[in-house]
Amino acid sequence: MRKQVPAREDLLKGIWRENPVLVQTLGLCPALAVTNSLANGIAMGLATLAVLVASSFLISVLKRYIPGEVRITAYILIIATFVTLVDMTLQALVPDIHKALGAFIALIVVNCVILGRQEAFASKNPVGRSVLDALGMGGGFLLALVMMSGVRELLGNGTLLGVNVMGPNFEPWVIMILPPGGFFTLGTYLLVFSWWRGRRSKARKRAWPHEVTSPRLPEPEEVVA
Amino acid sequence: MGDLLWIFVSAMVVNNFTLALFLGLCPFLGVSGKIGTAIRMGAADTFVMLITATATWFLNTFILGNAPYLRLISFIIVIASLVQFVEMFIKKVSPTLFRELGIFLPLITTNCAILGLAVFQTNRGYGFLQGLAFAVGAGAGLTLALALMASIREQIEVADVPAFARGTGLVLIIAGSLSLAFMGFAGLFSQ
Repeated sequence: MRKQVPAREDLLKGIWRENPVLVQTLGLCPALAVTNSLANGIAMGLATLAVLVASSFLISVLKRYIPGEVRITAYILIIATFVTLVDMTLQALVPDIHKALGAFIALIVVNCVILGRQEAFASKNPVGRSVLDALGMGGGFLLALVMMSGVRELLGNGTLLGVNVMGPNFEPWVIMILPPGGFFTLGTYLLVFSWWRGRRSKARKRAWPHEVTSPRLPEPEEVVA
Repeated sequence: MGDLLWIFVSAMVVNNFTLALFLGLCPFLGVSGKIGTAIRMGAADTFVMLITATATWFLNTFILGNAPYLRLISFIIVIASLVQFVEMFIKKVSPTLFRELGIFLPLITTNCAILGLAVFQTNRGYGFLQGLAFAVGAGAGLTLALALMASIREQIEVADVPAFARGTGLVLIIAGSLSLAFMGFAGLFSQ
C-alpha cells in the first residue's frame, strides 16, 4: 500500500523533515529533562533509539497476531519490556550515566514518539520498512537531543563532553543547565525554524507568484517515484 | 506532619512536575489554551495521581518485593486498568462529571507525569501517607502551572505577535520564564 515511497525515504524523513522533537514536538519530556550535558543527551538518545528499533521490529513481526481492541496495551507491554532491558543494561555498563538519567530511563515507556511510531507505522508496514522508519525516527530524536544538549552544555558549563572548549575567561551561563535553560533552548530552536520556514515560503512565492496548488515543492526522489 | 507538609510543598512548587522536572508537557502545551479547560485537566490529573499513588504503594508493599524488574510493566498495566475502571465507574455514577473529565481521563494514563509519580515515589521509598501527600502536591503543582500558562496564553491571543512566533516556540519561551520564576521557591528550603 505504500510501495510508491522509496525505502530511503522511510529512513531519512524522521531525521530532519519530520524530526520527532524539532518538527512534531513529540517526546519533549526527555528532550528537555536530560539534556543538561552532552553525554546524558547522547545516552538518552541511544537508549530511546534502541527501544524504538526493537519494539518496532517485534510489533511489526507480531502485527497479525495482536487483536485491534487491545493493541495499545500490547504495544505498551512490549515497549515496557525493552525499556526494562535497556535500564538494566545501562545500570551494568555505565552506572554514572544511569544515575544521572535516573527516573527518566523508566519514562521512555511513555515517550509518545515510540508509541506513535508503532501506531502510525510499524502496525501497518512490513518488518524491514518498520525497522528503517524506527532507525530514522530514533536517529532524528538522537540528533535533536545532541543539538539541545550540545548548546546547553557549551553555554551552561563551557565544556563539551566534559572537555573545556570556551577557555578560562568564559563565564558560564548557569541558567542553561538548569530547567529554564531547557525551555529556552528548545523554544529558540523552534522559533528559528519557524522564522526560516516563513522566509523560505515567501521567497518561493516571489519566484513562482502564480503557484497556488502545492505549498511544498516535490522533492526530487518523490518525482522519480 | 511537618514531613508531609514538606513533601507537599516541595512537590507543588520547588520540584514542580511541569516546570522543574518537565513531566506532563504534552497536556501543558496541548490544553493550556483556555483557563477553564486547564483547571479541569489539572483536577483530573490530581485525581488519577491519587489513584496511582495508592496503587503504587500497594504494589510495592505487597507484591513487588521480590521482583523489582517487573515494576515498570506492573505500574503501567495496573494504572491503565485502574483508570479504565474509574472511568466506567464515574460514567455510571455521575454522567455530568464524566462529560467534564471524559476526554482527558484516558489520555492521562499515557501522561509521563503519572508514571513519573509512581517511579519517583518508589525511588524515594515513600510510605502510604507520604505518597498521598506527594500525589496531592504534584497534582496541585500541575494545576497551578496549567492555570498560569492558560492565563498568559489567553492574553497573548489578543496581543500583536509576529506571525512566525505564533506557536509552540513562544509557549516554550514563556514556560522557561515561568520555570525561572518557580526556581525562586527553592529558597524556601535552603536553610
